[in-house]
Amino acid sequence: MTWLSDDAVERLRSTIDEPDFSGTRYRIVGEIGRGGMGVVYEAEDVDLQRRVAVKVLAADLADAGGDRVRREARVLAGLEHPGIVPVHDVGVLPDGRVFYAMKLVRGVTVGEFLRGAHGAAAVLRVFLRICEAVAFAHAKGSVHCDLKPQNVMVGEFGEVLVVDWGVARSRGDAAVRASGGTHGFMAPEQEAGAAVDARTDVYALGVMLRTLAGDARNKRLEAICAKAAAANPDHRYESARELGADVAGYLDGEAITAYRETALERAGRWLDRNRALIAVVAAYLIMRAIILLFVHR
Amino acid sequence: MNKITIGILLGAALGAADGLTAWFTPEVRAEIIGIVIGSTVKGMIAGVAAGWFARKVDSVVGGIFFGLLIGALLAYGVVAMQGGKYFWEVMLPGSAVGAIVGWATQRYGRPALIPASAQR
Repeated sequence: MTWLSDDAVERLRSTIDEPDFSGTRYRIVGEIGRGGMGVVYEAEDVDLQRRVAVKVLAADLADAGGDRVRREARVLAGLEHPGIVPVHDVGVLPDGRVFYAMKLVRGVTVGEFLRGAHGAAAVLRVFLRICEAVAFAHAKGSVHCDLKPQNVMVGEFGEVLVVDWGVARSRGDAAVRASGGTHGFMAPEQEAGAAVDARTDVYALGVMLRTLAGDARNKRLEAICAKAAAANPDHRYESARELGADVAGYLDGEAITAYRETALERAGRWLDRNRALIAVVAAYLIMRAIILLFVHR
Repeated sequence: MNKITIGILLGAALGAADGLTAWFTPEVRAEIIGIVIGSTVKGMIAGVAAGWFARKVDSVVGGIFFGLLIGALLAYGVVAMQGGKYFWEVMLPGSAVGAIVGWATQRYGRPALIPASAQR
């Protein structure tokens, strides 16, 4: 008997795991990433001659996970928004595995984007776009349930896309309880297996905002993070839209709902917001004083 | 706050400050109240004009020049009423107030709503 080397066994395993795309319009180009449910490949859509991303159910889940992948594709198909990765096609491969094709996003995760030389304002603007996409999903009755920096892509042209809706829950689901998620970003009710709603995503967004803002957090921004990531859902923002409005207000130097400021802080914020106007008026008054001194000499 | 309101408030504040400086000119100190009121009204008129212009034209440079022109015209009116006395003392600050209000109305304040017919 001849024993196979570990390398040979690994090669055989990967060959067996490789999806069979024969008879479909897709030709595999390479693997992009792996998750709990399946593998995402970069593929060529031969008919339309464009690159797409194809998510294929993991080989060992072929029996049980098909419905889940199909459901994920349906959730995505119902969420047509510039901030949500669009799905193009769903089907079954000759080997029985369910797959769906979606837009191939060329870019980096928001976590990697952070490592670039981007200022706090640029990062918060990206966060606002995430809030818009999530708010749209909430309006359509879907809760993502696994929001984290790794599930947000920033494209080459600055587009922001929320991806991986594998554990998303829809209003129509029998029991709106999430069966996945990432520890550290999951709201307490999600960890406890209780019912989830828009505020569950708001919690994850709050944790994400804290991660993204890093050391750039001041009292007002920290108040937004704290309100979004409050343990009690009733103490959180009601929606991602409300959270986004507060972050936009923070960016514009306006009052925010999460932080009750003192009169002094309000005055300081006004001065900060109107620095240019104050500088011009001060310059005018100085000029006026110089004219007075000159005339009365 | 809309652009015209910004123009009126800033024009009034700068105009009043401008008028108050007349206190340092002993010959006109007795007429200070009239000067302050006149100067405030002049600033407010410049503010309305600059605010109106800012609602029509989106240009910082254009706003500054328009404000400067209006401020200078109004100041010249005051100089003419005084028979040409205190020419530079009135013209310089008056024009500067106009320019500042012109800039501020371009930069601050809610722009006018675009009518639906213009969006087509």
